[in-house]
Amino acid sequence: MEIAPLIVTLKTAIASTLITFFAGIFLAYKVASLKKFKGIADAVITLPMVLPPTVVGFFLILFFGKRSLIGKFLLQFDISLVFTWKAAVISAVVVSLPLMYRTTRGAFEQLDKNIIYAARTLGVSEWKIFWRIILPNTRFGILAGTVLAFTRSLGEFGATIMFAGNIPNVTQTMSTAIYSAVQANDYDLAFQWAIALIIFSLVFMMLLNSMKHLSL
Amino acid sequence: MKLEVDIKKHLRDFDLDINFSMQDEIFALLGASGGGKSMTLKCIAGIETPDSGKIILNGRTLFDSDQKIDLPPQMRRVGYLFQNYALFPNMTVAENILFAAVGDKKSKLRENLERFELIGLENSYPHELSGGQQQRVAFARILTSHAEILLLDEPFSALDSFLKWRLELELEKVFESYGNSAILVSHDPNESFRLSDKIAVMDRGRISEMNSKQEIFKNPRTAASAILTGCKNISAAKKISENQIYAEDWKITLTLNKKIPDDLKFIGIRSDSFEYTFTDTENIFDFEVVKEIEDTVSCIIMVRAGDELIRWEVQKDLWNEIRSEKIHVKIPADKIILMNG
Repeated sequence: MEIAPLIVTLKTAIASTLITFFAGIFLAYKVASLKKFKGIADAVITLPMVLPPTVVGFFLILFFGKRSLIGKFLLQFDISLVFTWKAAVISAVVVSLPLMYRTTRGAFEQLDKNIIYAARTLGVSEWKIFWRIILPNTRFGILAGTVLAFTRSLGEFGATIMFAGNIPNVTQTMSTAIYSAVQANDYDLAFQWAIALIIFSLVFMMLLNSMKHLSL
Repeated sequence: MKLEVDIKKHLRDFDLDINFSMQDEIFALLGASGGGKSMTLKCIAGIETPDSGKIILNGRTLFDSDQKIDLPPQMRRVGYLFQNYALFPNMTVAENILFAAVGDKKSKLRENLERFELIGLENSYPHELSGGQQQRVAFARILTSHAEILLLDEPFSALDSFLKWRLELELEKVFESYGNSAILVSHDPNESFRLSDKIAVMDRGRISEMNSKQEIFKNPRTAASAILTGCKNISAAKKISENQIYAEDWKITLTLNKKIPDDLKFIGIRSDSFEYTFTDTENIFDFEVVKEIEDTVSCIIMVRAGDELIRWEVQKDLWNEIRSEKIHVKIPADKIILMNG
């Protein structure tokens, strides 16, 4: 059994979660404080969660492919994204971001508004309110979102195989390795990766549940 | 301390239209829940934005729709005590008090811990405190900040009556630190009377009446004010002669010893204003007792007057002596409240 898919999966999931973590918190904060267009902003960010991953992958190819504006722009710097490890990370970000965003936004919206108002009337800057009041008091929601996003990245398949491909040692993750193994009739290998994925996800979800006791 | 407020704001159920000014006094906004009292405070603090108008605190313009001035809450220097105190849950008592403190933090912390009897609780978290302690921390937090005026939003509604009373007594200390000027929002007439100097009665977004507390309680000019000041018996009424009134709901004629205004619309009489007497003949009526309810110190007797019920509060001892199905009571002329709206 090659260990490469495991390494690629972990690398991709970690990189994707790092991006999702900050982007998700930023978007959650922005959308939660929107007064107009809240519904549409929310729908757009959440869309990749409900669309078939193939649709997401297809649009990623259209968006970053060599014939697109962005693709052409990137080519000038000799950067091509399709079928690269970066593409795997982008796919994982797009499908896991809604989970991070929604969980964090929920936590922000559950926070007693009076606490924030009180801080404002006391003269505390918005920046300090965000870092010293909002983030610490929503840390469980943020952690939960991070774990969900991470586990979602671990299992990402559809968008990845379309946009990043299934190249051994480069973009082949555990979930795409299962697909290849089944196609090659190697059920033992498929079974091994499936079990590995289940264990990983289970461990992270259990970690999440145990953190509930730590909240506040 | 001087505050001038003249604002309008469209709300879902009614339009807020508030105009008042106050200077070095405790000013109470008395009104039913959902009447726009808290919204008024929030507009002053900058948490909500009025549609138009002006708010000026000690000569500083906090809000002016014509000049397009709308200071953020951070720059308004308005201390706001929230109904649920809104302490920062992730910080200890000391951290809460000092989070927005200006000046010498160490001495301010000591001073406020002492003033509010919080010594020993510095390292506790808000969820470990009682409601009363939480409120004292919230006061200390405002006092260490740069606030120039204190806004109190139903400060005692979440407390039990014993605690409420103790905190009411402590509030004097807080008021002193603010040159005895604050705005208090309350739906409790007695609390407003005890704590404030001047009262504005608010009804559906408007101040229906504003006066010294004594005057408001003695002579409310509208039925809405009378109800908010705790008057429970109100009847539509009209003037029928120079010194006589016909109470239309109660179907009785009352004789007064003072001039009756021509535009009289309602009369009111407080539950404890009735008298039981045999020596008099004026304004004496026989009422049928419909219900008697024993209260803690008195008895509440509901009697039928015309189509309505009148509430009479009588000392228990007296009621035990005179209890019957029909009673004979006097409505003293000088206790009748005359209202034109």
